[in-house]
Amino acid sequence: MSIAAETKAHVAEIGEKYKYGFVTDIEMERAPKGLSEDTVRYISAKKGEPDWMLEWRLGAFRRWLSMKEPDWARVQYPKIDYQDAYYYAAPKNTPKKQSLDEVDPKLLETYKKLGIPLHEQMALAGVAVDAVFDSVSVATTFKEKLNEAGVIFCPISEAIRDYPDLVKKYLGTVVPVTDNYFATLNSAVFSDGTFVFVPKGVRCPMELSTYFRINASETGQFERTLIIADEGSYVSYLEGCTAPKRDENQLHAAVVELVALDDAEIKYSTVQNWYPGDENGLGGIFNFVTKRGDCRGRKSKISWTQVETGSAITWKYPSCILRGDGSVGEFYSIAIANNFQQADTGTKMIHLGANTRSRIISKGISAGRAQNTYRGLVSVYGKAKNARNYTQCDSLLIGGDCGAHTVPYIESRNPTARIEHEATTSKIAEDQLFYCLARGIPQDEAVSLIVNGFCKEVLQQLPMEFAVEAQKLVGISLEGSVG
Amino acid sequence: MLDIRNLHVAVDGKEILRGLTLRIEAGQVHAIMGPNGSGKSTLSYILAGRAGYEITEGSITYDGEDLAALAPEARAAKGVFLAMQYPVEIPGVTTMTFLKTALNSQRRQRGEPDLDAVGVLKLVRAKAKMLNVTEEMLKRALNVGFSGGEKKRLEILQMALFEPRLAILDETDSGLDIDALRLVAEGVNTLRGPSRAMLVITHYQRLLDYIVPDRIHVLARGRIVAEGGKELALELEARGYDHLVKDVA
Repeated sequence: MSIAAETKAHVAEIGEKYKYGFVTDIEMERAPKGLSEDTVRYISAKKGEPDWMLEWRLGAFRRWLSMKEPDWARVQYPKIDYQDAYYYAAPKNTPKKQSLDEVDPKLLETYKKLGIPLHEQMALAGVAVDAVFDSVSVATTFKEKLNEAGVIFCPISEAIRDYPDLVKKYLGTVVPVTDNYFATLNSAVFSDGTFVFVPKGVRCPMELSTYFRINASETGQFERTLIIADEGSYVSYLEGCTAPKRDENQLHAAVVELVALDDAEIKYSTVQNWYPGDENGLGGIFNFVTKRGDCRGRKSKISWTQVETGSAITWKYPSCILRGDGSVGEFYSIAIANNFQQADTGTKMIHLGANTRSRIISKGISAGRAQNTYRGLVSVYGKAKNARNYTQCDSLLIGGDCGAHTVPYIESRNPTARIEHEATTSKIAEDQLFYCLARGIPQDEAVSLIVNGFCKEVLQQLPMEFAVEAQKLVGISLEGSVG
Repeated sequence: MLDIRNLHVAVDGKEILRGLTLRIEAGQVHAIMGPNGSGKSTLSYILAGRAGYEITEGSITYDGEDLAALAPEARAAKGVFLAMQYPVEIPGVTTMTFLKTALNSQRRQRGEPDLDAVGVLKLVRAKAKMLNVTEEMLKRALNVGFSGGEKKRLEILQMALFEPRLAILDETDSGLDIDALRLVAEGVNTLRGPSRAMLVITHYQRLLDYIVPDRIHVLARGRIVAEGGKELALELEARGYDHLVKDVA
């Protein structure tokens, strides 16, 4: 079946716009509302963390108190009351699970609705899923196979207990505690997340995947991900995100840190489908995320691919620090904003080492009354001899009430640098639509087809099994956006 | 099969077709000839259902059904096909993907099951050869970087693939050299059949040397001003449109 046809069938199947808008009725254990040192201590205690971790968190919290929420992004939202939210929510009664059978069947039912292949499908797809439900990881599979390869893939809370030296060595070295308002907040209150360590020379035997889902109301989700690829190793990691429909806005402030040592490669893909709010702009996730990769070693490579279709507000700049000589950074992005969604997203490529290369391909699609901004920085430092960057920013507009903005910052302190920037803005042309219609392709499907064509270069970067899902999402998120 | 009566069509409030009457039976090939601005393209668009073209008076009956009441995609599913004068480009969508999507969209509307990729490929390959549409073309983005001849051949390939009951060819000869024209015309001729009607819209008589019509209608200022057999084309070639246009002025 073709992409667009499948999309159509898929949309018909679900019969509503936001497929993941269900709430799982599971008793939650929460921290008291609000944010204080006590909240931080509560979370740390709940996780059974060692003192050094608590101190780290408290340091972050104190720092956060002195910081100001950034306002430079092209997004507008009501003031967030940080005292009016819960910072920790976990399904009750969750002693360590040894197998899936022990997991609350309602949770598994949720995963089923999400289409997460937790059982045999996983084996077929060759995907290991570390599912983060609100704040606690409840099921980690494929551990054994990964163990054999020496790959550590576990909830970060577990890593803090079991691999403290690794965590201490790398945590906060890419995104420092002091980095920015939301990252600092995350450092203080992160409840869980994923830890990956791929040892020297190991090619991770499968795609690693984590699904995040916000279930409890008035809860923020602050996950923390740390991925380390040791010399000569390779890992591909995918996160998918969904959240139920709610009228209130929910805050999501994640931090992702990637470290690639000599000759190592990390491929990090995101399909983000948080609840975007309704057609009138009510509700939706505020997604303030700090993602950064450090190409610490020679000839290392970090590649970000993101498909952002959800969230009321997206504030996200997955970046690469190209420290090692000859290292490579890539950023492939599709950002779709429909109705009242606002997206301000892009990347930073910081060229520190010689012969470093970066490539940025950004596809922004705006529909309804949405505002979509690409914001990117390419910076070449003095020692980055022969650094190269290629940037391509394409914007597609659907309808007359939306906006597309491109804000590239380019700095070069080395005369040998070569930096290219290309940008286009186009509309879905009436004649393209008519051509599709006249050949029997209904409107929504035609839009999906045209937009998927527009995004093709980025979709091609996704692991196969997720590319199909992403193509469908592209169609679903733009349904009804034309006339 | 197609019965157009006293058709008036306006675009942006301006009347372009002004009382056009035309009837085509299954198995027949009719040609519409006329000078620039006579309403030829408007006629093709109104039949295919393009937005912005408004019927202010008259009727179009297709297979006993009110054509204007059908959405454009439904018309395609019911066998109306328009080979366009300017086929559009859709970047990033391979020609093969487009063909498959279109074919299955039509099939689905008719309640037929989808064809899988292999089934579509077989079908396309069988038809592509005759029109010299190469595998390489099928892998390229739809019409992107295609030459004029390639675009028109692809239009006729789609016609062969969808097997329409009513095919409208809008200036299919424009931009073609003589070899390309011959190839396209051959393609069209093999699709002639007792259950299919064709409406060939052209400015020049040249195309009608290759696709010989059963009947020719001359369109001027939104109305049919002359009708005749295939010999009418030769007469027009010799005398031009002026004397006919003057009569309706």
